[in-house]
Amino acid sequence: MATTLDKVDIVTVGVGWTGGIIAAECAKAGLKVVGLERGKDRNTADFLMVHDEYRYAMRYDLMQDLSKETITFRNHRKMRALPMRQMGSFLLGEGLGGAGTHWNGQTWRFLPYDFEIKSMTDKKYGKNKLSADYQLQDWGITYDELEPYFDKFEKTAGLSGEDKNPFAGKRSSPYPTPAMKKTPILKKFETATSNLGYTPFMLPSANLSEAYTNPDGESIAGCQYCGFCERFGCEYGAKTSPEITVIPTARKTGNFDIRFHANVVEVMKQGDKVTGVKYIDTQTGEEYIQPAEVVVLTSYVMNNAKLLMVSGIGEQYNPETQKGTLGKNYAYQVLPGATGFFDEQMNVFMGAGSLGMTIDDLNGDNFDHSDLDFIHGGSISMTQTGTRPIQTNPIPPDTPTWGAEFKKASIYNYTRTLNVSTEGASMPHKENFMSLDPDYKDAYGVPLLQLTYNFTDQDRNLHKYITEKTSAIMKEMGAKTVMPGSPITNYDIVPYQTTHNTGGTIMGASPDNSVVNNYLQHWNADNLFVVGAGNFAHNSGYNPTGTVGALAYRAAEGIISYSKNGGSLV
Amino acid sequence: MTEDKKGLSRRDFLKTTGIATGALVGGGLIGGLVGYNVKKEGQVAGTGGHKGADGEPVAVNNRGLMFFTNMAEFNVLAQAVERIFPEDDLGPGAIGLGVPYFIDNQLAGNYGSNVKEYMQGPFFAGESTQGYQSRLTRAEIFRQGMVRMDEEAKGRFEKNFVDLEGQQMDEIITAFQKNEVDMKGVSSEFFFKLLRQATLEGAYADPIYNGNVNMDAWRMKEFPGNQMTYIAEIENDQFVKYEPKSLSSMEH
Repeated sequence: MATTLDKVDIVTVGVGWTGGIIAAECAKAGLKVVGLERGKDRNTADFLMVHDEYRYAMRYDLMQDLSKETITFRNHRKMRALPMRQMGSFLLGEGLGGAGTHWNGQTWRFLPYDFEIKSMTDKKYGKNKLSADYQLQDWGITYDELEPYFDKFEKTAGLSGEDKNPFAGKRSSPYPTPAMKKTPILKKFETATSNLGYTPFMLPSANLSEAYTNPDGESIAGCQYCGFCERFGCEYGAKTSPEITVIPTARKTGNFDIRFHANVVEVMKQGDKVTGVKYIDTQTGEEYIQPAEVVVLTSYVMNNAKLLMVSGIGEQYNPETQKGTLGKNYAYQVLPGATGFFDEQMNVFMGAGSLGMTIDDLNGDNFDHSDLDFIHGGSISMTQTGTRPIQTNPIPPDTPTWGAEFKKASIYNYTRTLNVSTEGASMPHKENFMSLDPDYKDAYGVPLLQLTYNFTDQDRNLHKYITEKTSAIMKEMGAKTVMPGSPITNYDIVPYQTTHNTGGTIMGASPDNSVVNNYLQHWNADNLFVVGAGNFAHNSGYNPTGTVGALAYRAAEGIISYSKNGGSLV
Repeated sequence: MTEDKKGLSRRDFLKTTGIATGALVGGGLIGGLVGYNVKKEGQVAGTGGHKGADGEPVAVNNRGLMFFTNMAEFNVLAQAVERIFPEDDLGPGAIGLGVPYFIDNQLAGNYGSNVKEYMQGPFFAGESTQGYQSRLTRAEIFRQGMVRMDEEAKGRFEKNFVDLEGQQMDEIITAFQKNEVDMKGVSSEFFFKLLRQATLEGAYADPIYNGNVNMDAWRMKEFPGNQMTYIAEIENDQFVKYEPKSLSSMEH
């Protein structure tokens, strides 16, 4: 028997970046917000001994406990889906701040092209550039409409950068803080890419170049370049994260209450409204119903989609008929790149998660695709994130992977190896989707989310083309041996690739092809909002958090407006 | 004299328990098969430099096995990881770095019991792209792996694994790597990957986990460990060498 609690204005499922932004904005507007967080409380004081590669990077101390909940995976519909039993391809977060605690901080605005990708592709290359199997669609919002929200997120985060990217969308104001320090390794990349006719610029960073106070009065410290960002929390409070920005902002209002160890298992619905959520206190096992005027799903891509599916809200996508919107347009990324072995030693162990330089010349539609067998591209970067010794054992081609020769080569090359890497965009395909697993359940008896995904020809062609370009850059940088990334075949969930999963709860201009409108309000229930990278109709050649942050600020505006006036916001 | 006695009796102990033939290393201390990494000045690395009553450094063995109960299995582990990461002119190998103890300790904890992994059934082998699908925990896989390595040694060379020549050990490890050895509930290829990965983890993890003794693996690789900041050197064109620091150097 579930205990029914007092009704609140807003309940969010998860308290990371999106939950924090919704809570901060709504609580400032006087609404009573409850955040349900399945993980634990944590803050900067928990990260004083975080320089521990084994505990945090190898054993995933800050990540989701997969014994409680995971996903199942198959490459295609004829394969039996099996649980992702160990963390691998992507790193799901858990606890206050979510994945926003252990991110690297590379923070982009998607390109104007991304938001209108279908119309712009058709216009420039005709309707048959990609086959009908690719479910390309516009996002129902333009870059210009989203710009004020990008601006707001960047000011909250105190982003460090320089406005030198000729391909970026127009900015209403400069980056809040200057770019990070340009290291000798980055300068090598800058010189090489300039020589090749590209335009390098400093990567927009949420590891701040200097101390900063954001418009909400929250302080973020200056980065120390200690080299422990991704998979780690920041002991200095120098990496922008929800628990040092939006969450304290929300708490200061007195209108925000976080309940930890609260795992939501269902969104309650009555007619065309949601009424609240059911959650389990994971410490006592007790069930609660939290009624709310507005429910906001602010957990990760996978869990947002799963909660809608188990609650029977919206129509499940069916790959046979291509009908239904929930679970469709799941996309990931491909990572073309090249490794270079150098003679000289470099300070590769120093760095920061978003210390880097980038070129956008081969991203989006910034180059002509008329004679190419793919669309879009990727941002190509040299990042200096701080390489760590367990995970980084670079060996030249044809070196054995263990034994005497391995030991010598991996030790010698540790400080003499660089990577040019790319975040390659991924287009939605009719066979790539999310649904509910019929067999496997989580620790609370709720079905696991099932992922059906494989790389497509578009991915393979893009990967091959960009890999060649990155090899040329590495050669120009002066590497004595260049090792291009291997061609991609089937998607493999085992090796870590990127935590940039998108789609499944996509936004759009019409309920026919999307789950939420451009305020992220659910088409089937006015008082339900779904926020996160699940809203992306395809995946771009960048890290997603900047665009997620902008969408969350827009959703917050929508929620406040809905709370006053009700009804559909579009 | 006292030290000699201590050493000899310890060596006798090692012999009689079938652990290994100890060898006398500087200062009269024993550097056993899987024992200590002994620094030139005769201090056992990683034990805090304890001094005896006469002011001489003494070996303090505050390490013990937390998982393995069968020394023969532990010794197979030690020799196998040493082949993966051998001692050479750069510095110690897996044994000198304490990797066998690291792995033993990890197998006794969350890592060995797969505490943070989804271990609910049903279990199916699946495709390689779907990853780990065994009902076995890592601890169970490691124990089976040690037993199978010894059986392979006996089958191929009529000897215990630890008595083989290096080349012969490599042949067996390679057979596991190539998935040519039968194991139950897991492939030998998967076990090999686990073994290799655990070896690197033990070599390069912070010494607080009982591997990377004396931070010697970090020294070889010129990784500085736990430095609080690089802001003063991040723009330096020259390679900067640091004396590495362990997390244990932080004030608690």
